[in-house]
Amino acid sequence: MEFLRPATWAEALAAKAEHPGALPIAGGTDVMVELNFDATRPDYLLDLTRIDDLDDWSPDGERLRIGAGVTYSRLITELADRLPGLAMASRTVGSPQIRNRGTVAGNLGSASPAGDAHPPLLTSDAVVEAHSLRGVRHIPITEFYTGVKRNALAPDELIAAVLTPPADGPQQFAKIGTRNAMVISVTAFALALHPNTGTVAAAFGSAAPTPRRATDAEAFLAAELTDTGRWDSRAELDPAAVTRFGALVAEAASPIDDVRGTADYRKHALSVMARRTLAWAWNDYRRNQVRTCA
Amino acid sequence: MTTPTRTEQDLGTDIAGGVGESPLRPDGTLKVKGEFAYSSDLWLTGMLWGATLRSPHPSARIRSIDITEAVRTDGVYAVLTHDDIPGDNRFGLEHADQPVLAGDVIRYQGEPVAIVAADHPETARRAVAKIVVDYEVHEPLVDAERAAFDVNAPALHEGGNVLRYLPIRKGDPDATAEVVVHGEYEVGMQDQAFLGPESGLAVPADDGGVDLYVATQWLHVDQKQLCRVLGMPAGKVRLSLAGVGGAFGAREDLSMQAHACLLALHTGRPVKMVYSREESFFGHVHRHPATMRYEHGATRDGRLVYVKAQIILDGGAYASSTPAVVANAATLGVGPYKVKNVVVDCYGVYTNNPPCGAMRGFGAVQAAFGYESQMDKLAAELGMDPVEVRNRNALHEGATMPTGQVVDSAAPVAELLRRVKAMPLPPETSTSDDGYDLRLLPGGVSNTTHGEGVRRGVGYAIGIKNVCFSEGFDDYSTARVTLKVTGGDAVATVHTAAAEVGQGLVTVQQQIARTELGVEQVVIQPADTGVGSGGSTSASRQTYVTGGAVKAACEQVRARVLRQAAKTLDLPASQLRLHAGKLVSADEAVVAAVVDVLGDETITETVTWRHRPTYELDEKTGQGNAHVQYAFAAHRAVVDVDVELGLVRVVQLDCAQDVGKAMNPDAVVGQIHGGSAQGLGLAVMEEIQVSGGVVRNPSFTDYLIPTILDMPPMRVDVLELADPHAPYGLRGVGEPPTISSTPAIVAAIRHATGADLTRVPVQPHHITGTH
Ligand SMILES: Cc1cc2nc3c(=O)[nH]c(=O)nc-3n(C[C@H](O)[C@H](O)[C@H](O)COP(=O)(O)OP(=O)(O)OC[C@H]3O[C@@H](n4cnc5c(N)ncnc54)[C@H](O)[C@@H]3O)c2cc1C
Repeated sequence: MEFLRPATWAEALAAKAEHPGALPIAGGTDVMVELNFDATRPDYLLDLTRIDDLDDWSPDGERLRIGAGVTYSRLITELADRLPGLAMASRTVGSPQIRNRGTVAGNLGSASPAGDAHPPLLTSDAVVEAHSLRGVRHIPITEFYTGVKRNALAPDELIAAVLTPPADGPQQFAKIGTRNAMVISVTAFALALHPNTGTVAAAFGSAAPTPRRATDAEAFLAAELTDTGRWDSRAELDPAAVTRFGALVAEAASPIDDVRGTADYRKHALSVMARRTLAWAWNDYRRNQVRTCA
Repeated sequence: MTTPTRTEQDLGTDIAGGVGESPLRPDGTLKVKGEFAYSSDLWLTGMLWGATLRSPHPSARIRSIDITEAVRTDGVYAVLTHDDIPGDNRFGLEHADQPVLAGDVIRYQGEPVAIVAADHPETARRAVAKIVVDYEVHEPLVDAERAAFDVNAPALHEGGNVLRYLPIRKGDPDATAEVVVHGEYEVGMQDQAFLGPESGLAVPADDGGVDLYVATQWLHVDQKQLCRVLGMPAGKVRLSLAGVGGAFGAREDLSMQAHACLLALHTGRPVKMVYSREESFFGHVHRHPATMRYEHGATRDGRLVYVKAQIILDGGAYASSTPAVVANAATLGVGPYKVKNVVVDCYGVYTNNPPCGAMRGFGAVQAAFGYESQMDKLAAELGMDPVEVRNRNALHEGATMPTGQVVDSAAPVAELLRRVKAMPLPPETSTSDDGYDLRLLPGGVSNTTHGEGVRRGVGYAIGIKNVCFSEGFDDYSTARVTLKVTGGDAVATVHTAAAEVGQGLVTVQQQIARTELGVEQVVIQPADTGVGSGGSTSASRQTYVTGGAVKAACEQVRARVLRQAAKTLDLPASQLRLHAGKLVSADEAVVAAVVDVLGDETITETVTWRHRPTYELDEKTGQGNAHVQYAFAAHRAVVDVDVELGLVRVVQLDCAQDVGKAMNPDAVVGQIHGGSAQGLGLAVMEEIQVSGGVVRNPSFTDYLIPTILDMPPMRVDVLELADPHAPYGLRGVGEPPTISSTPAIVAAIRHATGADLTRVPVQPHHITGTH
């Protein structure tokens, strides 16, 4: 196995073009586990940690551009105000050591259905910025996950950044684990309210082959909030609507039984998390007098 | 003869760091700094690395093994199979029923089939992958109940699948009672999950023998088994203890010991073996899963009339220590209660599941989940406080066990319960949307509740454990103690073969020598087979037995010093004692310094020390004085449960335990913390999930052990009611806290949820009632 250490992004892209089988390594918190378990034996490892440009985040028009090297720890300390959902998810990742090394790009690279960054990225319509010698491709997040641990990257592409709009309304994230810290999700749920557009986004992980949006639940709740004038009145939610929302989220899932939990429990837990996070998000919204909170 | 000069002087304080104090561990600083050398850190230039091929099938017949390609691999020095074993291809603690390398039959997933030595660990692993084994795969027998009772089930060993059946019969088997509660309980397969995986280094010696440096719990029992496998006398198979990264029972059986020795002797080169975390899950035995049926009969005022129990322990593919685990589960099967009429039937069976053997609590853990769940059920049935029901039936000194054995030292069952109950309760959970701290809520930082669905529960449990080896086992330890002057000071050296596995035995040995010999400097020699057996570091026995041996050896050394001093000083030895490096006379005067009495002489004494004998149990009635000592701990657990999501946070876990004598108070409390945490793990998360004989979660990704956010701070109350039969009056400490922690937590979860939880670990869907 050869260890490639490009010093610049251009060199990295060239290396990836020359060796499409090369396995990129960022924080290494997934890659090293795979190697230790002998689950993969790449001919080349492509170390991205020397490339400084990847470590930055910055505003990019309407959106934030988060470099592939930005760690969970930095998302929590630097971006919790603008990306609360992603920051909440980041807080649940592993342990401090893992959060100090692990990156969202790595989470996307692995594309595990249990990756915690995925539900909040889905609820904020993030875009994956993929680079290759051939050019730049913007992949909408909903098109990024193509199967269990598979993604839409071409063999010569690398993730340069993730583009995501800052929150324009309350966001929430909740995750079930059978331990109170340092645990892979049994199932996880993210919610974003978009009062500006009168829409709602809901997504979950670990309850289908890929992270997924609960589109029926989203549509139902958006219509409910609009039809009842609640976006403007900020009145308390109708408990029946909250329950229905939870049920629709659960219906969107197609989980399996595995060592971490049962399919039935996952559906049940999703409905509970959907109801609770909706209540928290709505409380936030009710407390906040300005409709736009970006 | 001149009269010794009497110096008027202050006797000074005792030597610091003696019995009853908490001196620093000699290995503590190195461990904290990450500089301690564990067995996986062993290194010799020119050494080879061993790797093991294991069966992927839980049940199969081997048609053929083709090692051609593996042997041809560059860097490979040896590929060995069952054909290459010079001695007997069998090992086992009591029953040698386990092949070192499987020859024809595979009885569990992960069973070793071939071993490789190569110049690099990765080369060894790749060569392993090139070995071609042709398996005829069979349907595994995985149902322990079927193994116990279905005569048509395939027999996994000669003599059938029931490895041990032990009945206990006391009083009237047909006794009836006013109030009867039934329950069926299950305990999942827990793993010891020690942090230092199996590892060691075998070095071939010039005399044709082998020196093995290994992390183990009992050097001499390893040696005995290795001699048989290697076909060598004990003098040629020498073992030294390497740094042990935790044990908890998992290092009682051989893992890589025989394999490394075989490879070293075959290649003439040192061979190191280190299991990966995943391999470790296949490399050692686990806690026996149990299925238990209980029936408790009591009077309306809560006095037990009878207990009937059937306990089935799944021993997996090989015997390991199953027979002794059966004895514990059976003899301790009704718990620390007085019961006139007892019918217990306990079975340890062979299946094609992973082999199970020793783990902290050893049979007593499983039974305690059963009998304590029953005591709560009885309390509920009677509308009585759960502690009160226990008090009414509490065992005490002078009471009789179901085996007929009379408890002949302190058994403060009611007192321990009283103490945990009297401890202050934590404040109520905060349930406001603003005032929450996620770390204090079930689900923790995963943000699943801000107080919604959270209910508080409180539960109690008490357990009983036998200390030391039982049933007539010749259970002894050997200590060699030397006293001589080094660099102007009297220095004691203690040499035993007893394994320090992290519990602090080396510290206790130093403390005993300081107290008995009145010297400050005590050197603990590395444990090895150059001295007699220390017995196993298990059954909460080392401070008792090896501590007893060190004490006895020190006493003999001291007697010689006193005799010698008596001669030179012309005083009767009986009027002298050692104190802080001085000889002190009956009238409290310092009459000489130990260094002067010793001069350049070296005093050495070696003592083999035994606790009082125990006896076999009657095969038909289970009657007999089988145990040396009983130990007790009680817990109160306070939990917050998110009843909608089934997530649990243990808010407080308090413990009261009688330790006879706190030899090292800090270490005692450490054992109670650790044992309670391990019990918490079994209560809510730890389980090796096995399906069709195949392990589904052999990694720390999915075999979860408690983190600091799962284990609350503890309040610990240590009682010291001396046992007159034991050295210093001490009582084994390590296991009892593991036993009562689990049922106390489950009782608290039941209290919070009203759910009828009959299986540990409790999973979220058990609480929510979803499937
Ligand atoms: C102890 C432990 C606990 C964990 N807990 C959690 C958890 O709670 N939640 C969770 O979601 N995950 C968890 N993980 C998994 C892991 O930490 C995350 O998936 C993390 O986001 C991976 O990031 P990384 O930078 O370490 O990725 P790496 O391991 O370096 O890479 C992961 C994958 O992404 C690819 N990759 C990395 N960077 C790029 C790039 N720029 N372009 C293209 N491909 C790329 C790699 O080739 C690889 O396939 C845990 C891991 C460990 C070891």
